[in-house]
Amino acid sequence: MARAVTTQHKVVVTAAAWAVALIIFFPILYTIITSFKSEQEAIQGFDLIPSFTFESYADVQSQYNYFKPFMNSVIISVGSTILALLIAVPAAWSMAFSPTRRTKDILMWMLSTKMMPAVAVLMPIYLLFRDFGLLDSRIGLTVMLMLINLPIVVWMLYTYFREIPGEILEAARMDGASLWNEIVYVLTPMAIPGIASTMLLNIILAWNEAFWTIRLTTTEAAPLTAFITSFSSPQGLFWAKLSAASTLAIAPILVMGWFSQKQLVRGLTFGAVK
Amino acid sequence: MATRQTQTLARSMLAPAVIVLFIWMIYPLLRTIYFSFMRYNLQRPETYGFTGWNNYYYLFLDGGFWPSIVNTLVLVVGVLLITVVGGILLGMLLDQPMFGQGIVRILVISPFFVMPPVAALVWKNMILSPSYGVAADIAKFIGISPVDWFAQFPLFSVIMIVAWQWLPFATLILLTALQSLDGEQKEAAEMDGAGFLSRFWYLTLPHLARSITVVILIQTIFLLGVYAEILVTTGGGPGYASTNLPYLIYKVASVGGDVGRGSAGGVIAVILANIVAIFLMRAVGKNLDK
Repeated sequence: MARAVTTQHKVVVTAAAWAVALIIFFPILYTIITSFKSEQEAIQGFDLIPSFTFESYADVQSQYNYFKPFMNSVIISVGSTILALLIAVPAAWSMAFSPTRRTKDILMWMLSTKMMPAVAVLMPIYLLFRDFGLLDSRIGLTVMLMLINLPIVVWMLYTYFREIPGEILEAARMDGASLWNEIVYVLTPMAIPGIASTMLLNIILAWNEAFWTIRLTTTEAAPLTAFITSFSSPQGLFWAKLSAASTLAIAPILVMGWFSQKQLVRGLTFGAVK
Repeated sequence: MATRQTQTLARSMLAPAVIVLFIWMIYPLLRTIYFSFMRYNLQRPETYGFTGWNNYYYLFLDGGFWPSIVNTLVLVVGVLLITVVGGILLGMLLDQPMFGQGIVRILVISPFFVMPPVAALVWKNMILSPSYGVAADIAKFIGISPVDWFAQFPLFSVIMIVAWQWLPFATLILLTALQSLDGEQKEAAEMDGAGFLSRFWYLTLPHLARSITVVILIQTIFLLGVYAEILVTTGGGPGYASTNLPYLIYKVASVGGDVGRGSAGGVIAVILANIVAIFLMRAVGKNLDK
């Protein structure tokens, strides 16, 4: 370091950054605080110190059966991610290691499917789901979320796989490894980190998807997005309970998100920014 | 060298993804285009039949159509302005040495992981509510009367919520880009006596140009489809004050049951998204050639 950073400068930067960060984080922080208040307390004006009651958490479970939408969210987001990986891993693999003249076009075309506005195809999908009895079903929603995230999954995997050096493959082939052995013993161990990151990001995206999950479900298959939306009607307006339900809904994904910052940049920019 | 056997295998590995995405792209789109020329109301299915351009005609005459187009654009541009300018400033702040940088980063990116209905309801009830919200508490504290945000500034309130969700994304990407800026170049510029502003203008901004483009284009795709935030806060109102195109289509098709007119709106949404898409594909495509 040629440029010395003065302590004074660092202190000023620290203060400014923390102030901005806390303002940005405040709505989340206040939600968490409010979730530990009683309903009475929650509307009694600004107060950062709750009475630390778990009343709202208990109520959310006993009155609204919170566990059900939570499990729906888990099943749908994990299920759609696994389904997407099953289809995307071979495809990304093939394009990364046996590229043809058309590979680039195929990738761009896959990306273009992501540009389709969801609302534009709402009615055909809704009617299709209705006719096949898929409305308000976890299977229907799982397939739906797999479809909308598949392009991102293929793209992310492709950018990861491309970083695996081709020489390794050649060396394995020279040693007489069959394609199957190549995949199992050479490529898979190198690809695991990329697949894991892709999986993490996709679960986050599926968990937070808030168009199809709301429009295609009513009660049985409703995940947390739809469940929380039901709190928008006036009779559902209980702040402490809303806060408890919200805290539970965002906590797991918040933690996963913190671990996947880098992958997030890469995944959501389709590898354009690393 | 790839043998014929590996080529066949490679193709069959690629096939499922291509087939699934092809069906997913083509089927609903063709149906939407088809419905947009049909008289098809779920509440009066017996009137089903070909109707030509009527759905488009009545959609354009709908009192909500032009406001919704304008609102869609205002929402996209408004959120982009806040997030890109905010993201550059915040990225530059976070790029400097400080205490607890890791935690600051975590706090700043967190809103991005909050699902839209939670973000919208928390803002609506606990922050912006005119009677009990934190904003009202602050207003009372400094002695001004609280603002009923969603009644008086509905679209602006929605913009604020959506910008809060996307600012972390812009910040994270621009910060990543800033970190790759060559430190020596910066120092050289500094030694040559370039001030902060000229360094920003001639060095930082050109370096960020590509990332800013990516941020704008990707956010635009998502911002054109903002839905849940409007559904749980203003419901598109008052009147059409905060109705964007997706919300209008939802109201016409899902609530009103008019599949035909809703589909005509869908076709308009596709055209709008495609205009953006063309630019995005170019930007991302360039990256592939490297």
